[in-house]
Amino acid sequence: MRIREPFKLLAVGAIYFWLTAFALLPNLLVVIASVLERGSDEFVAFAFTLDSYRRLLDPLYLGVLLDSLGLAAATTALCLLLGYPFAYLLTRMPARWRPVLLLLVIIPFWTSSLVRTYAMVILLQTNGWLNQILLGLGLIAEPLELLYTEPAVIAGMLYALLPFMILPLYAALEKLDRRLIEAARDLGAGWITIFRRIILPLTLPGVVAGCMLTFLPGLGMFYVADLLGGAKTMLVGNLIRDQFLSARDWPFGAAASVLLTGLMGLLLWAYYLSSRRAGRGALP
Amino acid sequence: MNEWVIELRNVSKAYAAHAVLRNINLQVRAGEFLTLLGPSGCGKTTILRLLAGFEPADGGEILIGGQDMRTLPPEQRHVNTVFQSYALFPHLTVFENVAFGPRLKRIRGEALRERVMDTLRMVKLEDFAGRKPGQLSGGQQQRVAIARAVVNQPRVLLLDEPLSALDYKLRKAMQLELKQLQRRLGITFIFVTHDQEEALSMSDRVAVMNAGRIEQFGAPRQIYEAPENLFVARFVGEINNLPGRVVAAAPPRYDIRLHDRVVNLKSPYVFGVGDRVNVLIRPEDVRIWRECEGSAEERAALFPAVVEGVVYKGSTVDLVIRLDSGDVLSTTQFFNEDDQAIVNLDFREGERVFVDWVHDWETILPHEE
Repeated sequence: MRIREPFKLLAVGAIYFWLTAFALLPNLLVVIASVLERGSDEFVAFAFTLDSYRRLLDPLYLGVLLDSLGLAAATTALCLLLGYPFAYLLTRMPARWRPVLLLLVIIPFWTSSLVRTYAMVILLQTNGWLNQILLGLGLIAEPLELLYTEPAVIAGMLYALLPFMILPLYAALEKLDRRLIEAARDLGAGWITIFRRIILPLTLPGVVAGCMLTFLPGLGMFYVADLLGGAKTMLVGNLIRDQFLSARDWPFGAAASVLLTGLMGLLLWAYYLSSRRAGRGALP
Repeated sequence: MNEWVIELRNVSKAYAAHAVLRNINLQVRAGEFLTLLGPSGCGKTTILRLLAGFEPADGGEILIGGQDMRTLPPEQRHVNTVFQSYALFPHLTVFENVAFGPRLKRIRGEALRERVMDTLRMVKLEDFAGRKPGQLSGGQQQRVAIARAVVNQPRVLLLDEPLSALDYKLRKAMQLELKQLQRRLGITFIFVTHDQEEALSMSDRVAVMNAGRIEQFGAPRQIYEAPENLFVARFVGEINNLPGRVVAAAPPRYDIRLHDRVVNLKSPYVFGVGDRVNVLIRPEDVRIWRECEGSAEERAALFPAVVEGVVYKGSTVDLVIRLDSGDVLSTTQFFNEDDQAIVNLDFREGERVFVDWVHDWETILPHEE
């Protein structure tokens, strides 16, 4: 025990140091920057103001926020719609195939999602592979305008985020006791009832986790909208990046950042509350 | 229509070329408590799964209430199952678990409440209606599982080793409760177990199964007292097996040589002179005489033996005895108040004794390896 104590101290200390240096401090800096004035030569001037937050209330920026929420929500909904049946089918596969299929779901992670988004550009552009294939098959007479449209953005986000939906759903469905389904059938339930009253409620934690894992990153993914949507769609993510890199308005960018972080925090809190409620009275 | 509520005709089933059921024929009367008894892997649970409709039979016919079940999915059969693992819905309260079936039959409101609560009262769980299954003990979960099944008033209740997860005392109590419940409801019970004591004490009839076949089908008493083959004799209760040979036949009585001794025994089977037979004797039918008991002439008809082991069991003393011929017998001696009990059963290991058994209580079967 005595030997392990210093190690424990070191390990815990390292974690605290890491979180403080790379999570707490940067976030603190962002919060501080958000309540400062924009400087003329420096990025910020040290004078307290809530001006940046006031500007966020501008209908223009609220519109950006709503668009971002809408896009993230649409992506999440599509992920769920595609991911749930996918995860369910995965659990029904022969046990020895499942790890292989799961690996195939995970493999795209080995490449940076930015690179994969560029790959989508190659697929979708006017003389890209998809159009060439469709033309070659004679299904279309002239190339479709695929790139720089909203569907292209959603497709890109879907591609980047789908695994985050599938994995928690798979975990939840895998845990589901098949005998409960037999029991429900035995009591006279058809497939719709079984799904609604047994499978869905029991996998709800997986659904919520999957939704959080796609919705939250979906809010901040600016490069997908940039590369696949052109500069047409302004999202919170793009807004923040532009304020820091192009407009050089750090306080405003920081304020938007704080707003986004706060929103995500709120969602996580709601998730925590719902999972605690679901956990109460369930199996120990 | 006939008197059978369930009929299996030549039913067979295999999993990937491994036969689990071979030509099963079984008829169950309405209101009967029938037990499928056998070691694990003998196919007894498979019969339940075929009856419930979770799996199709490969061949043969399954009739419930005279109706062919071949194309009917589980949700449309008038049978309900109590699962070995209970399979209670963990996210629903006890009330909602029990209400699951009735709700699907569009029973609502006060009628639903009444029916569910009546059933919960029957299994003495009316105070637990608001709990989740995870907050109940094993015995309580077991009763919820039973309530959830019987609330649907099925023609047949299928019970898959429902008591195997309970401790000994609770199991005894639940056996009694189940039997009473079955009498009160008049529902046909098909009960699967590997516990022969459970099977004998609860059932109207028992089907003893082995390797996908029914070895014997009859009343508990028949099964225990007149086993039809060596498997049944050995699986149901303990039994001693003395190999012998028929030396004179005058059916139904035979002279059978057991080593150096010839005994005259009765059997409903027909044997010829020279046939090898097994003489089967239950441990409790073996009588033991101590050296000090009986006269020399009386002893001459007995088998001399040595006590090899003594196991005190509370209400009985079990002895392992080696006959001078080499055969080993296990015996169960009951304490008898009128018989100077303590002195009588105070056997020592190595003690010389003389052995016989209550004649005509033995079973004689043709020899099998």
